[in-house]
Amino acid sequence: MTAFAEAMVTEPLDTILDVAAIRRDFPILHQRVRGGPLAYLDNGATTQKPIQVIDTVSSYYSRDNANVRRGVHELSQRATDAYEGARETVREFINAADAREIVFVRGTTEAINLVAQSFARPRLKPGDEIIITEMEHHSNIVPWQMLAQQTGAVIRVATVTDSGEVDSGVFESLFNDRTRLLAVTHVSNALGTVNPIREMIRTARRYDATVVIDGAQAVAHDTVDVRELDCDFYAFSGHKLYGPTGIGVLYGKMEHLASMEPYQGGGEMVLMVTFEKATYAKPPARFEAGTPNIAGAIGLAAAIDYVKGHGLAAIRAHEKELLDYAQRCAAAIDGLRIIGTAAEKGAILSFVFDQVHAHDVGTIMDSEGIAIRAGHLCAMPVMKRFGIAATARASFGIYNTREEVDRLIGGMHKVLEVMGR
Amino acid sequence: MNDLRELYEEVILDHNRNPRNYPKKPEDCNHTAHGFNPLCGDEFQIHLTVDDGVIKDVGFEGAGCAISTASASLMTEAVKGKPVADVEALFEEVHRVLTEEEQVGHPEDLLGKLTVLTGVKEYPMRVKCATLAWHTMHAALNDQSDVVTTE
Repeated sequence: MTAFAEAMVTEPLDTILDVAAIRRDFPILHQRVRGGPLAYLDNGATTQKPIQVIDTVSSYYSRDNANVRRGVHELSQRATDAYEGARETVREFINAADAREIVFVRGTTEAINLVAQSFARPRLKPGDEIIITEMEHHSNIVPWQMLAQQTGAVIRVATVTDSGEVDSGVFESLFNDRTRLLAVTHVSNALGTVNPIREMIRTARRYDATVVIDGAQAVAHDTVDVRELDCDFYAFSGHKLYGPTGIGVLYGKMEHLASMEPYQGGGEMVLMVTFEKATYAKPPARFEAGTPNIAGAIGLAAAIDYVKGHGLAAIRAHEKELLDYAQRCAAAIDGLRIIGTAAEKGAILSFVFDQVHAHDVGTIMDSEGIAIRAGHLCAMPVMKRFGIAATARASFGIYNTREEVDRLIGGMHKVLEVMGR
Repeated sequence: MNDLRELYEEVILDHNRNPRNYPKKPEDCNHTAHGFNPLCGDEFQIHLTVDDGVIKDVGFEGAGCAISTASASLMTEAVKGKPVADVEALFEEVHRVLTEEEQVGHPEDLLGKLTVLTGVKEYPMRVKCATLAWHTMHAALNDQSDVVTTE
């Protein structure tokens, strides 16, 4: 009996979450794609939306839609209450001290750009140093490169080990009295590595460096407490958290937000405007110029209620079980290599075949209705580090099942069968 | 499943495993272009030796998925020894057959052996893989120095 078959018969069924009930909440999952029922394993790219989120957004547009913080009419009041209520929901979700520390943005990318331009740009001098890691997503590299070009600051990169963990010796050695900023991902989108950000933040504190955490791959999969972490900024996207696209969050400590320049100019972010000058509103309005994504924020709050209803600890345990099972089965396949074997991993399984390009893997999976990611995953430096052009990636979420993992493993065998003929 | 077999036909798999005119840069090559699809990571250099209006020799370097590699390999076989005008016409034909929604004419009459590439039409996301080498060759013939992409 193969290890794969053995694992199939000896493992218990899903017990941590009522996955069958959860799946009923996600209308999109119930369809056939090409040759089979949809197995959606691309949650690292974006997650599907439960009916609770879809209905909340739909109901907002059907009953309450108006602009926020202006106008005195009833609908405007309802929209404003719902939008600011969403901010409070986010605050509680990440345990920020104050709802005013929650800035609504388009997503993680915009949040990081906001920190780079409004916080860091006026503060950095030529020769100041920004530390990032080799496993960052492009969205946590390029904004810092642009900033370095604008200010003369220098980017230092902490390398990763063969297992996909930040090399702690190298990491420590990068800090010095020129270090101003540490920008690091909480969970790697390409490798799945959960970084020891508590320890990393502690190291940064010793050098008085400001810490920005990219939480895009983290918040849907485990509890995040920004006060316990003591990070300065924490960024995440709504759409990877079962919420709408186009909405995201920048958490910033009030002491920072209060001293930052505006990001964009426009309505909502000002107190008083004459043709000579404007005085800026306090955070978070200072950073939310123009009409915000009101429906997105309200939908995000519904998504947060949804994951909290099931409990992040249970979600974490469920996804860990799926990942462990998938990794065990995948490791037994000849000619397949798992990229990212850190001791602490999120629900991400990246893999390559010795002889088959990732896009061919993606297409063969797709022919069976299995949706995975294939490509450089917006993390080209990671690809280079592991000597590959692209990787295939399965990433799990709240609604995935062991049967879907079985189909993924079946797909891996099919790749060998189709391409090995 | 049938779609998949049509995409990964034996000819495609064979040209992927053993690409023809690869890796090769003819010593007397006088036209070269660089094709790169950054999202995929498919990347090729196409080298041509054009003499008296005829493609005397051809080779390619680089790496990509099975579709892009097989397409490049099949292309080198198809264009070697042919007049440039015929090759440009073939390029137009391949591009048209792979990208048009309605099938006009019978692809085998137009493309011959290259008809295996049409399996990609069931997978629209992969058409760019099949066309990369062709656009790169077209750029080489026209001495375009910009990196070619089909994404």
